[in-house]
Amino acid sequence: MTTQTVFPIELKWESEKSSRIPFMAYTDEALHKKELQRFFYEKHWCYVGLEAEIPNPGDFKRTAIGERSVVMSRDEEGVIHVFENVCAHRGMQFCRERHGNRKEFVCPYHQWNYTLKGDLQGVPFRRGVKQDGKVNGGMPADFKTEEHGLTRLKVASRGGVVFASFDHGIESLEDFLGPDILHYFDRLFDGRKLTILGYSRQRIPGNWKLMQENIKDPYHPGLLHTWFVTFGLWRADNRSELKMDAHGRHAAMISTRGTGGKAAQVTQVSSFKESMQLKDPRFLDIVPEPWWGGPTAVMMTLFPSLILQQQVNSVSTRHIQPVGHEAFDFVWTHFGFEDDTEEMTQRRLRQANLFGPAGFVSADDGEVIEFSQEGFEQKPFHRTLAELGGREVENTDHMVTETLIRGMYRYWREVMEA
Amino acid sequence: MKNLDANAYLELSRLYAAYAHAVDSGHWDLWPAFFTEQCSYRLQPRENHERNLPLATLSFESRGMLEDRVYGIKETLFHDPYYQRHVVGLPLVHKVDEDGTIHSEANYAVFRTKLDGPSTVFNVGRYIDTVVPTPEGLKFASRLCVFDSEMIPNSIIYPI
Repeated sequence: MTTQTVFPIELKWESEKSSRIPFMAYTDEALHKKELQRFFYEKHWCYVGLEAEIPNPGDFKRTAIGERSVVMSRDEEGVIHVFENVCAHRGMQFCRERHGNRKEFVCPYHQWNYTLKGDLQGVPFRRGVKQDGKVNGGMPADFKTEEHGLTRLKVASRGGVVFASFDHGIESLEDFLGPDILHYFDRLFDGRKLTILGYSRQRIPGNWKLMQENIKDPYHPGLLHTWFVTFGLWRADNRSELKMDAHGRHAAMISTRGTGGKAAQVTQVSSFKESMQLKDPRFLDIVPEPWWGGPTAVMMTLFPSLILQQQVNSVSTRHIQPVGHEAFDFVWTHFGFEDDTEEMTQRRLRQANLFGPAGFVSADDGEVIEFSQEGFEQKPFHRTLAELGGREVENTDHMVTETLIRGMYRYWREVMEA
Repeated sequence: MKNLDANAYLELSRLYAAYAHAVDSGHWDLWPAFFTEQCSYRLQPRENHERNLPLATLSFESRGMLEDRVYGIKETLFHDPYYQRHVVGLPLVHKVDEDGTIHSEANYAVFRTKLDGPSTVFNVGRYIDTVVPTPEGLKFASRLCVFDSEMIPNSIIYPI
């Protein structure tokens, strides 16, 4: 009997398809760096924030694209810029505050100072220091400030959502998303001004892709999140659609809350308690909004860095920031719209109890991602099995499928050439 | 404004100690009884609190909601089991109203211990409380937990 090689040197797929994903895709540091390069730093628009977070000239927000710290700022003319948080002089991550308002950015180490656009304005002792009739030091005569600005990113903003890319040759945001995904993006961000309700942050000890997969997986909500099922918010026979962009990288899970049939028939969860009632039903005080246009939940995965959540009245952006191959920071920004009534704001805040690091139907996602990663690490020669609904990649009009995960890995294999 | 005499302060301290004892005991049903019927319990990252952003990690507005949370912990929220241990500082009393309502706060630290791991600092912050006398003794009319540990180590399941 031959023993299995526990620690493979190369990534091996069982076939040309993407339904069986090698655990090594989640455990290998070299692959992780290649992913950062190919998904986060090239050819992909990554989320940086909402325009409403920096409403005034001089406002800024520090955030991350992949594992690179960046700053989103608004200049005197109101234009949004994104630049890398690494000083052009000695490489220091100079911006330490998470947000604020500045007239300029100054690296405290040697006072190199930058405009709100990220351009270098001046450096101390550029012309040297006069002493005893001679000039000591100074920068070389050919030093030009314009050649030593911060690394500036290309910026795209749509509906109040700001994306950036280190890759200035990138396609437009609209082409990047594709028409089907753009449709659902515009449904949520339809031009109304956004109001920021607040943030949640969690560090999840699992590979960043697992969070994309979690929101591409309509198999689990009715099974893992029994709270959803118990209180009638999620059912496997909800009218639903799964849609991808042409590459299979982005997706939307679109569903409409149903009322027919007994829940136990469709959940197959034996512990299901049909008669369970909330002691305080305000958690599910759902009021349909005109902009929904039907669906009660649309969960979007924009590869690689963003999840957009509309679950009934709760709306948020969820930002994926990898921290090595084995962890990522997950930053939630809950928001509302400028025309929300006080009651609607309270409703959004109340329904936020379902989501986030302690949420009734989200805390357990972080938990299962952590233990998936543990399983991958101990058995890196093995692979996952994402074959519910077959082995192909296709849009569907039901939820009983892992097609979106297969779509993502088909794309992953193309881009990673792996 | 009234002062709190030594006995009343002792009673308030006993409330804080009993709360910590209860939420560390694993008997989650004990938790809602520390609150009034129309209570407020909020667990909020410090950044939201200080920027006047209303979002809380958990925000409950009645004892019924706390009981719903207990049901979630016990029946629906899959999670890795863990012990938690609260260490709570002495309450600082800011104000006592004529009707006996106490406005107080106290620092806290919660350690988490998973079955196969070391004890780690899980959540640190302060309680900002409104405590009212009732026929069953002092109860929290509101408890706001403002935590410094904004980067939550994966998830928070049990009551802080």
